[in-house]
Amino acid sequence: MHPTPSQTVGPFYGYALPFPGGGEIAPVGHPDAITVHGYVYDGAGAPIPDALLEFWQPGHARAGKPGSMRRDPVTGGFAGRDGVTFTGFGRVATAADGHWSIRTLPPAGVPYLSLCVFARGLLHHLYTRAYLDPAATDPLLAALAPGRRATLLAAQEDPRTHRFDIRLQGPEETVFLDFR
Amino acid sequence: MTLTQHDISREIARQATAHAATGEAAHHPARGYAPYRSSRLRHPGQPLVTVQDPEGAELSGPAFGLTDVTELDADLTRQHTGEPLGERITVTGRVLDRGGRPVRGQLVEIWQANASGRYAHQRDRHRAPLDPHFTGVGRCLTDAQGQYAFTTVRPGAYPWRNHHNAWRPAHIHFSLFGTAFTQRLVTQMYFPGDPLFPYDPILQSVTDPAARARLVATYDHDLSVPEWSLGYRWDIVLDGPTATWTEEGR
Ligand SMILES: [Fe+3]
Repeated sequence: MHPTPSQTVGPFYGYALPFPGGGEIAPVGHPDAITVHGYVYDGAGAPIPDALLEFWQPGHARAGKPGSMRRDPVTGGFAGRDGVTFTGFGRVATAADGHWSIRTLPPAGVPYLSLCVFARGLLHHLYTRAYLDPAATDPLLAALAPGRRATLLAAQEDPRTHRFDIRLQGPEETVFLDFR
Repeated sequence: MTLTQHDISREIARQATAHAATGEAAHHPARGYAPYRSSRLRHPGQPLVTVQDPEGAELSGPAFGLTDVTELDADLTRQHTGEPLGERITVTGRVLDRGGRPVRGQLVEIWQANASGRYAHQRDRHRAPLDPHFTGVGRCLTDAQGQYAFTTVRPGAYPWRNHHNAWRPAHIHFSLFGTAFTQRLVTQMYFPGDPLFPYDPILQSVTDPAARARLVATYDHDLSVPEWSLGYRWDIVLDGPTATWTEEGR
């Protein structure tokens, strides 16, 4: 069957998609939790204040668990995560300065976090990967020229903090992926 | 110089002609589509890098469950103390993968303007009335047949600033998950027969007429509820790499 075409997320998804704790993927107080953060920039180098990022890391089970977006059955409002389950899914909107951050567990089985980028002005979302280990190797990284490869490697700021900037266009444009 | 609808319509026509000349079907919009001005600095210039990675994390996906939705969420007309203004509608359809199989138990999220064409969002400066009884946000899980259903009001058309006198046709924004992260889809559903279709660079960014038609719901009288609501049907097919939809290994 032919797929339904993509359309932009637009500017007004605010009440619908971001949710409290969307970037708190690691269970509360988990001793292995890491912070991953960065900025999203457009082709003129300006920060994008209305991008929406989704993160996916299947962890040991290779599959997601429900509970990223628990709803309060009384009010219909967000009840937050349960604080215990690692669901592997995160969603954050960029702030007015283009900055985002998440707290999660180090990826298991693969050396990267999977990302999906949405924004006003972007008619079809973009996939990329944030490789957290600067020495990571895999077939994708091996196939890229060094300059392009560098756009997928997060910078380690301290043992528990990684910086990953996303550039939608321009000389340092992030490598975006198409899955076949 | 002010950019007019005439200028944009001419660009739209040029893009449509260029697409027709390729003789190929294009299921999705190109990310760089000049008539939609916001796309100009927000699309990659390099081609996407193809990944053939059957073990990749992206071939699994997040799951959602009964804790992630409440009964209230699928009826956008009952989220406040009073009834919202506008024409009440029910929107339903099936979510399928490219193999035609239902996508079961997955999250469908929607958001939309109110009947006057205004979003309950601080940055929406359109001088149409806000409706204290309508936020315009809903969610549900698909059932065992892949079916979703919402009750809401028909959204109004609204102006935006792409060019002088730019108006968006009425639409509902949809966000969908499949069983793989690579099946993710954010899109917009349109209403049949809207006279604004040819003028809208966002809808026309889907340059293939058959693909564009797949964004338009069908009025279905059998779905209309007597003394209550008008019914629209809109089925959604999630894209994704071959590995997520062929019969191989299933
Ligand atoms: Fe909209």
